[in-house]
Parts: sequence; C-alpha cells; structure tokens
Amino acid sequence: MADDMLKSTNLPQNPERATLEGRNKFMGFWFFLGGETVLFASLFGTYLALKNSTVDGPAANEIFGLELVFLMTIILLTSSLTSVYAMYHMKNNDPKKMQLWLGITVALGLAFLGLEIYEFYHYVHGYHFGYTTSAFSSAFYTLVGFHGAHVAFGLGWIISLMVRNAKRGINLYNAPKFYIASLYWHFIDVVWVFIFTVVYLMGKVG
Amino acid sequence: MADNTNSTNEKQQFYRKKHKEEMKHHVLTFAMMIAFTLIAFGLVIAGVSPMFTIPVILILAAVQVLFQLYYFMHMNQEGHEMPALMIYSGIFAAILTVLALSTIVWW
Repeated sequence: MADDMLKSTNLPQNPERATLEGRNKFMGFWFFLGGETVLFASLFGTYLALKNSTVDGPAANEIFGLELVFLMTIILLTSSLTSVYAMYHMKNNDPKKMQLWLGITVALGLAFLGLEIYEFYHYVHGYHFGYTTSAFSSAFYTLVGFHGAHVAFGLGWIISLMVRNAKRGINLYNAPKFYIASLYWHFIDVVWVFIFTVVYLMGKVG
Repeated sequence: MADNTNSTNEKQQFYRKKHKEEMKHHVLTFAMMIAFTLIAFGLVIAGVSPMFTIPVILILAAVQVLFQLYYFMHMNQEGHEMPALMIYSGIFAAILTVLALSTIVWW
C-alpha cells in the first residue's frame, strides 16, 4: 500500500514535501545551504583581503574581461530560469517537459563551464597568471574555481537524475530528488551573482 | 481515496492555473534580474565614480539574491519558516566571516 502511494502519479500540490522523507530532504538541504553560505563567505572574505596582494603578477583590472563575464552571467541566470520551468512541469506532472527543461539547464551549465575553463586557460597562458603567482591569484582561483566545481557537481547530479528517471513518471519518491537538485542549481546562481559583482565588477572599478 | 474522484480533476485544473500564475511571476523576476545585471555592468563600463558604483552594485546583487531565494527557490510559499531560519543564520555567519577575514585576519 505504502509503495503504491509512493509510485502513484496522482500528485498532491507539493509532491516534494508530501512524504516524511521528502520533508526531511527539504529541511536538511536548506540546512546544508546555510552551511554553504558560510563556506563561500570564507572564500569571499579571503579574496577581499588579498585582492591587492599581487606581488609581481597582474592585477585584477589588467586581466578581467567584462564581455566574457557578462556572457557567463547571462548563461547562468538563464539556466536558473530553465530549471524553474522544469519544476513547473514537475508540479504539473509532465515528466517529458520536465526532462526537456532539465536538459536545457544542463546544456547551459556546460556552456558556462566551458567558458570558465577557457577563461582560466586564457589567464594562465595569456597573462602568466597561475595559481601560485600571487596571493591574489590563489584567492581568485580558489573562490571562482570552487564555484566552478559546484557547477560541475550540479551538472553531474542533474544528469544522473535525468538518466535514472528517464523511463519513470514523476512520483512522491523522485519528486523531492528533482526539487532539491533544482534548489542546488539556484544556489549556484546566488553565489555567482556575488562573484560577478564582488570579483569582476569591483575588480574592474578598482 | 474514493471520496475525491470527482473533485480530482477540478483540483488538478485549479493547481495548474495556480502554477501558471506562479510561473508568470518567475518570468517577471527573471526579467528584473537581467535588468539589474545590465545596470550593474553598465555602471562599471560607463566608468561612474567607484564611491557610487560599488555600493549600488552590491545592493543590486543583494536584491537579486533575494529574488532568487524568494521566487526561484520558493521561499515566498508557506512552510518555509525553517529554511528561512537556516539561510538567514547562514547569511549572518557569512557576514561575520567576511568582516573578520577582510579586516583583521589577513591583515
């Protein structure tokens, strides 16, 4: 009986919070996001303290190119919206459309990651701005690279969910999984909003 | 669940309508986030005085994050008291961390 309920495709209004397990995941994940906030704060604080410690290496306003950062920002913002669309179709119990929008989200995430790899490659080879060049470079690569690692992890997460549930409908068992992955994706965008503001824009302003 | 077989369809219709309305808000939120991003980049590219630009772009970022939290991450819906507690505790600790690291720790 319990199993039937779990696999039923007749969904309640908030399928992600309809079971005890779903509610626990929801709560636990927000707790985790609170911790992630502090983790990124420590990297931001370190970056802010060390951003002028360039030794002989290049300074922030010499290497940052706003065109690339703008493109990356728009791509990541859009991917946040497409994952909202995926959750919209999840709540309307339309697994095909949900998968489609998740696929678009993944494609945008891959584009973002590709641009970030290009950016780092360009810094290292074009400007000799390596991880150990200066305290500024270490703080920069740690902060932005950590965010990039989160993007890569999020992509792996969403792709696994898509593959695992490719032939299943949406039910009370997998709805919390999709919902939480989308929360994670939004959080990545939240962090990026501060990265493009604090690192790139403030770096350009001086 | 035999008692609600008649109303199920009606309920689904009601939910769908509600979801559609929410989605409209989300698209509007997205448009505003894009606008904020454009303003922030525009200020920096136009070379406005840093004394003005830096506080403004930080405020724009904070508002964008609130949009993400309350609309995209659904914190405006009911049953989000605990998430609010968690994330605001996190933000509180984050502010202390940034202040401490950027002022005294790496001095």
